[in-house]
Amino acid sequence: MMTRALRRDPSGALTLALPRGALFEGCLTMLDRAGFDTTDLRGGSRALVFELDGLTIVTVRPSDVPTYVESGAADLGVTGKDVLAEQDDRKVYELVDLGFGRCRMALAARAGGTDLERAERRFGLMRIATKYPRTADAYFERVGRQAEVIEVKGSVELAPVVGLADGIVDLVDSGRTLAENGLEVVDEIAASSARLIANRVAHKLRADEVDAMVDRLREAAP
Amino acid sequence: MATQPLPTGTRDVLADEMREMRAIESLLLSLFAERGYQEVATPTIEYQDSFARGAGPEGAATYRFLDESGSVLALRNDMTVPIARLVARRFADRSGPVRLAYSGSIFRRVRPQRGQLRELRQIGVELIGVGAPGGTAELIELLVAALDAVGLDRAVVGLGDADLFPQLLAELGVEGAGRRRILDCLANHDLVAIEAEAGDLAELGEAERSTIVALSDLRGGPEVLERARALGGPAIERASTALAGTLDALAAGGVADRVRVDLGLLRDLGYYTGAIVEVYDPAVGEAIGGGGRYDDLLGRFGSPRPAAGFALNLERLHIAQAAEQEAGEGR
Repeated sequence: MMTRALRRDPSGALTLALPRGALFEGCLTMLDRAGFDTTDLRGGSRALVFELDGLTIVTVRPSDVPTYVESGAADLGVTGKDVLAEQDDRKVYELVDLGFGRCRMALAARAGGTDLERAERRFGLMRIATKYPRTADAYFERVGRQAEVIEVKGSVELAPVVGLADGIVDLVDSGRTLAENGLEVVDEIAASSARLIANRVAHKLRADEVDAMVDRLREAAP
Repeated sequence: MATQPLPTGTRDVLADEMREMRAIESLLLSLFAERGYQEVATPTIEYQDSFARGAGPEGAATYRFLDESGSVLALRNDMTVPIARLVARRFADRSGPVRLAYSGSIFRRVRPQRGQLRELRQIGVELIGVGAPGGTAELIELLVAALDAVGLDRAVVGLGDADLFPQLLAELGVEGAGRRRILDCLANHDLVAIEAEAGDLAELGEAERSTIVALSDLRGGPEVLERARALGGPAIERASTALAGTLDALAAGGVADRVRVDLGLLRDLGYYTGAIVEVYDPAVGEAIGGGGRYDDLLGRFGSPRPAAGFALNLERLHIAQAAEQEAGEGR
């Protein structure tokens, strides 16, 4: 990056970026088990920066975690593999599979239907709605199927129901949201879980501190 | 009337920044000249063949076009390959060392919305005809002097070995697609994927898998060389001995404390052999320069001899200098 990405305080406590979202609770459990006091983080505070004992926490949107870590605004971060796969050009170090937040990236379509096959046969390609356009493109490239990928920002399950798309590529946890919208998994694309990532420069210049914190979090991961 | 936009990844430089960047450039070029590195310039466009010959198909320049006779030309994406070509052609009969410096723009592909630049200003040196470890140490000493001259006295040089992982994988019998995938994971420093890829390779035992993972994350002072040697094998032994040799040669120059050994370091250009370096400043979240030995590159242009060099990104040097000045005022 050539933005003026300056590290917040290159000599103070390490900064860890946490995702406000599905992985947040797992992150707090991990921090508790690592011996940090997470009371402030658990309160309903609107604050975005929290000073724990020897660790600064910043809370951001899950898809923004790699941005903060790549620039050095945070030294470490936790985010899903799904986010990292979608932003695979981010220059961050992926250090540990933390094991929680397990889910699958999947291709789904209307249950019991042949929407995808029919679209491919009659129109030469499938229309696929997704929040993960690059993951979807890479998948269709890999399996050699033609698809027009339509990027949406939310409520992906709606797209095949109202005819915006023939299918979707999305994260599937229990599959309940899919079932409630009359959809089913057609193919699994990749497994995802929470990952601990590091800024490249912090990983080199603060190697001992980074390694100690990584070990501490790795052991505390549920 | 609407203003005229610029292509993604390009920008105008206004007077304040231009003056400060020019000051850094003059300072470094005169430092390089004092140490015997004379400035040269190569064309901004060359035949695409020249880049492919130097850096291989993966190093091919991004911006290519045809001239009036149908030849494929390219905007340079690197300064080292053109200088290797220049030395092979113009200094073919010179038996002693050739010391050259340069400052110029290179052109790289960008991804939109990432703040990446398509046109980068690079300033650097090439030392041709001096092998390891003496030549490597001379360059690292000059690199540290250059960082100090710009006011980056907290900046650190990461030192690794480009041949370490290719040789280690060869030694472990990992070839073909598996080798390619592991080297890709290493280049991205994706330790989770390295573990998974290594787990998929039937030719690797448990100990060998953990050696690959541990080695890729091993970095720090000279003591990490002992930890590396403990992992065993001829490839690690060779790289550790070579790195120790470079550190010994550096000790005389008094800059060894600015160097961190980094066994997981890889550079993305295809011509490096042996010692490689990357430069970090604590105020900036990304590397501000890098380089290394390229002992095979001159041979590709018909004039084999050992060589090494480094390049600093002038824009990032300027950002780091401003950050260090601000940090200095706060200290």
